[in-house]
Amino acid sequence: MALSDRTVLQFSSPSGPALSVKVHPVVIFNICNCYIRRPDQAERVIGTLLGSVLPDGTVDVRNSYAVPHNEYSDQVALDIDYHHNMLMAHQKVNTKEVIVGWYSTGFGVTGGSALIHEFYSREVPNPIHLTVDTTFTNGEAAIKAFVSVNLSLGDQQLAAQFQDIPVDLRMAEAERVGYELLKSTMVDKLPSDLEGMEASMERLLALIDDVYRYVDDVVEGRIAPDNNIGRFIADTLSSLPKMSPAALDKLVNDSLQDQLLLLYLSSITRTQLSLAEKLNTAAQIL
Amino acid sequence: MANQPPVRSFLQAAKSEETALPLRVVQMEGLVILKIIKHCKEFSPALVTGQLLGLDVGSVLEVTDCFPFPIREEDEELEAEGANYQLEMMRCLREVNVDNNTVGWYQSTLSGSYQTVELIETFMNYQENIRRCVCIIYDPSKSSQGVLALKALKLSDSFMELYRNNNFTGEKLREKNLTWVDIFEEIPIKVSNSPLISAFMTELEADTPVTQCDYDRLQLSTTPFMERNVEFLIECMDDLSMEQQKFQFYYRNLSRQQSQQQAFLQKRRQDNMARKAAGEDPLPEEDPLNPIFKPIPEPSRLDSFLVTNQIANYCNQINGVAGQSFNRLYLMKALHEN
Repeated sequence: MALSDRTVLQFSSPSGPALSVKVHPVVIFNICNCYIRRPDQAERVIGTLLGSVLPDGTVDVRNSYAVPHNEYSDQVALDIDYHHNMLMAHQKVNTKEVIVGWYSTGFGVTGGSALIHEFYSREVPNPIHLTVDTTFTNGEAAIKAFVSVNLSLGDQQLAAQFQDIPVDLRMAEAERVGYELLKSTMVDKLPSDLEGMEASMERLLALIDDVYRYVDDVVEGRIAPDNNIGRFIADTLSSLPKMSPAALDKLVNDSLQDQLLLLYLSSITRTQLSLAEKLNTAAQIL
Repeated sequence: MANQPPVRSFLQAAKSEETALPLRVVQMEGLVILKIIKHCKEFSPALVTGQLLGLDVGSVLEVTDCFPFPIREEDEELEAEGANYQLEMMRCLREVNVDNNTVGWYQSTLSGSYQTVELIETFMNYQENIRRCVCIIYDPSKSSQGVLALKALKLSDSFMELYRNNNFTGEKLREKNLTWVDIFEEIPIKVSNSPLISAFMTELEADTPVTQCDYDRLQLSTTPFMERNVEFLIECMDDLSMEQQKFQFYYRNLSRQQSQQQAFLQKRRQDNMARKAAGEDPLPEEDPLNPIFKPIPEPSRLDSFLVTNQIANYCNQINGVAGQSFNRLYLMKALHEN
């Protein structure tokens, strides 16, 4: 019995261990923007994802650009020239960003997707396919990533299956900017240093209050104690360095003095500047 | 949402076009902010630039998209390539319906040391082609402290006029009443997002009560940042005193020349008196060929103005950071006492 005679129906597994995708917020923003600016008759927008593949197999998506395309019933025409031009332009700026896949708006995978995916497979091995549901089909902002798995009978390709892979949104970057700025449709003013500080402090205070309330509630038996939370609180408290009040006072005062000195220096500089300014423009040529 | 942007009819917009309102607000899309930050951060500490695209609507300059420039090389061939790149990119972006109108450029900076002659020159170049242009400055080093250090700048009109004539003598400046404060005008920035993005962000916002921004802001150590700031400040002071020396040198030369001129004139007059008495023609009093009548060029005050601007900027930054540190220290103290 020759084993090789047998035809095997098999899914070729995607190379490497479990893939996952990291998506930076700028990509989501860009996709949404492209969707808003899509041509009149277009149902969806598609585009190329740029980024890099990390050593552990995670795909890091950092950039994207839209590619014009046309879709008829079962045909897809992609502007390949445009795609290549744009790729060249992006690589001029950042050589480390390469094609990692493509995106499309809409919910899940549609018929034409297989064709486009095939095109991208020729550009890069194992491209990922990111779908962003801009129409909120299920009432939620679904962002999904897929890899394609080939179903083959012997050497013959039968079909491609899109397999769901986990998506990790890297929101730290967006958090740095501040959700307040990115969430509302209009913000009149950027927060200044001290305003931001105030907001942070208020949040910290609210958190501390929450912890107090929780502890009080537990002590008075209103809530069932949770050991995990207790451990977290204990860990947090013990992370405060233990030092004598005198040492702490000295530390705080020294730092205060340093800052005051800096303030003093900068104000004196400013005074000097305005003095010099007055003298310079007032000085008459002899 | 309570504060919707005011809807302008076409007629209104057209009318305001004629009166050419002064630029009051720069309205940036969240996308542009994220793109700028991404570009500037990835290449930090190298300084990078990019182009801003958008629309000019009345007194508001809308920045709706941007694209980065490759890092510039000092080579003419590559420079031409850079211009090609720019055109190519604009063409490509137009195809996907991005606003195809340059409104300025953005650049990253290190601790706010952006007041340079190059910036002014770039600005003048842009200004030649577009009526209204703006420069967005982003400081990646400050963002690690939870501050979004974005600034929109433009050159003031009176300064541009002076710069075109390249006239930075004390007299002209006095005439125009222009001081170093008046070189750059900072324009307030508004941030706008499309409703779609707003919906996405609301949906995707993590539930954590603490954000990365809070961690950054409550970080106690600011010493490296302060140190660098003070170092820069000291360098600027040196520059400024150099500039001052130039002026002192100039004034000394000027007064020496004037006294020489006086002496010469006096001598000439005496000679002429003698010649008159002897019945000869008097010699001319002013002799343009005489080297002591050649005017000494007055050094330009532009550099010292720029340095002064930088110093003021550093002082502001030091003040800001020190203010934050005070808050943090008192907070820490209160925490410990509890």
